[in-house]
Amino acid sequence: MKLTNEELLEMQRRMLRIRLFDERASKMVKRGQIPGTVHTSVGQEAQVVGACMAVRADDYMTGNHRSHGHPIGKGSALGPLMAELLGKATGICQGKGGSLHLADFAVGSLGESGIVGSSIPIAAGAALSSKLLAQDRVALAFFGDGAANQGGLYEAMNLAGIWRLPVVFLCENNQYALSTPAATVTSGRIADRAHGFDIPGVRVDDGQDVLAVHDAVREAADRARRGEGPSLVEVMTYRFHEHSEGLRLSTDYRDAAERDAWLARDPITLFRERLLADGVAAAEALDALEAEVADEVEAAARFALESPLPEPEVAFADLYTDPSAAEVAA
Amino acid sequence: MSQMTYLGAIGAAQLEAMQADERVIIFGEDVEANVYGTTGAGKSRQAEGDFLQLFGRDRIRNTPISEEVMVGAAAGAAMTGLRPIVDLSYSSFLYLAMDQFVNQVAKNRYMFGGQASLPVVFRSAMFYGLSTGAHHSDRPYPMFMNVPGLKIIAPATPSDAKGLLRAAIDSDDPVLSFEAVPLWGSKEEVDDGEYRIPLGVARTAREGEDVTVVAISGAVPEALAAAEALGDEGISVEVIDPRTLVPLDTEAILRSVRRTGRLVVADPAHRTCGAAAEVSALVAELAFDALRAPIARVTTPDMQIPFSPALERQLYPTRETIADAVRGVCGRSREEAMA
Repeated sequence: MKLTNEELLEMQRRMLRIRLFDERASKMVKRGQIPGTVHTSVGQEAQVVGACMAVRADDYMTGNHRSHGHPIGKGSALGPLMAELLGKATGICQGKGGSLHLADFAVGSLGESGIVGSSIPIAAGAALSSKLLAQDRVALAFFGDGAANQGGLYEAMNLAGIWRLPVVFLCENNQYALSTPAATVTSGRIADRAHGFDIPGVRVDDGQDVLAVHDAVREAADRARRGEGPSLVEVMTYRFHEHSEGLRLSTDYRDAAERDAWLARDPITLFRERLLADGVAAAEALDALEAEVADEVEAAARFALESPLPEPEVAFADLYTDPSAAEVAA
Repeated sequence: MSQMTYLGAIGAAQLEAMQADERVIIFGEDVEANVYGTTGAGKSRQAEGDFLQLFGRDRIRNTPISEEVMVGAAAGAAMTGLRPIVDLSYSSFLYLAMDQFVNQVAKNRYMFGGQASLPVVFRSAMFYGLSTGAHHSDRPYPMFMNVPGLKIIAPATPSDAKGLLRAAIDSDDPVLSFEAVPLWGSKEEVDDGEYRIPLGVARTAREGEDVTVVAISGAVPEALAAAEALGDEGISVEVIDPRTLVPLDTEAILRSVRRTGRLVVADPAHRTCGAAAEVSALVAELAFDALRAPIARVTTPDMQIPFSPALERQLYPTRETIADAVRGVCGRSREEAMA
């Protein structure tokens, strides 16, 4: 898949957005500016952006608790996302979703989910809409290695298989379900499970390579768009932070050598080197890109910090489309 | 007008809605073959009115036995432009999709700040009183009344079944329809034209002066029979059928109780935290001053449903148990009434 220089630089831009957004959010959790916690995608940016940029802007997407990277990768504006993390009135969900439940319908993001595996059937339904309404859209369902052991995934893969729904099931295998090594709770290879449904299942062994992820997902998305049905793409990656910010575990559940090996392969650094080596951009241009994204994230943080908190009555709105029903409920 | 059964009225509402709007689709187990009688004329695949013939496989879809993805995919489809009706056949099967109902269907609009709307109907039938045993006899609507974001209808007559289901399909919010199998065969004159009964509006099934009986779903005809019998004893009973459990027509219930001063609630669901408990609490909170006697509930006891008819039949509200409760709140024993 030949990508233009603009597309390649846009990949780097989106990976940087995720990195800097999440690093900023991490600081804000520590400072008590973000209530609750967040789960960062630091270290997994190539896996997220490679997938998001392999589908169209109007394609559907569902996600999980590691939730900021997906909408950012799909093209969301950063300010309303950051404001949502802070529970502000200007948040993308008006302060009612928070980090775990981001959604930005304007970019096809139908919602992240705090319940592991729970959003996967939603993606199958969006793909059914696309098919019956002849919308030519694909649904990209992100889930982790933990969700690969939820039954709903296999119900969704079976349904998408028999109905030839345009779904790309994307397993972000960061190798740990919180502290539990995936290998100890997962029988066989996740990608191979697709074969039982007679749909393609591929594994991207180097999920730190944004182009490798992109190519695999692009093939799956193209296939789905041609009406040939769903695919499963498993991407091997690693999270650089703890499961969630502020979480301190007494056991060191990840092997030091393993961690060092993965940390040495920062997807953003790797792609920067590649862009330089391929002559896509000069170092100065990439530095400028980084500075630009840093400013953008800083502006988003400022917007979020300066935004007002929601009025209390907002808690009582939007349960139903029909306000008279909500009045009865309240 | 024509004679329609409860089940036929459900089919009629689905037919109307399918004809009126191409975005309406039906999926579920065995809907292509019209096994449950609501997706066709009920005779054969060749019969006039067979939904598969009329609408084709895109819009009438058999599903695998996978409730979790049926419910979740319906939610996803509703969030993106379709208006699905999901036939879950037995109400006892809803539990298999509990996560999707509670965490996705009910919450998505709210937690995404109003970005989503979910125009979707989940139909299921309560096969109680029919010796289907513990795994098929559930009347689980109170569990779902406890989940904000869902609307719930429980029609008790053919006319209501048609009008409420049509309103449910038109609604931009998720609606669960609990249909009582013991009522499937009940018949009455039903308007053949299109009509909708707004959700949240109760029906006064019988007017009376002395006692209000709020009866739900399959308890409605039992309450009416009790009222008829009690009339002969000089007790005038008003029967209110809420029809919609969420939103609940609290005003209609309070209005009636303020007039009669007495309340009996007849509900085929279990007792603890049931629909009857909710109705009783509302009246106790909001119309305590009007009450001339303690509220009485006639419910299914907190017991699982046994198989043998000899064991099962005694558990649900009947005309006899409802009548006894009415006599009780009127300060009369059955013996006095017989005297």
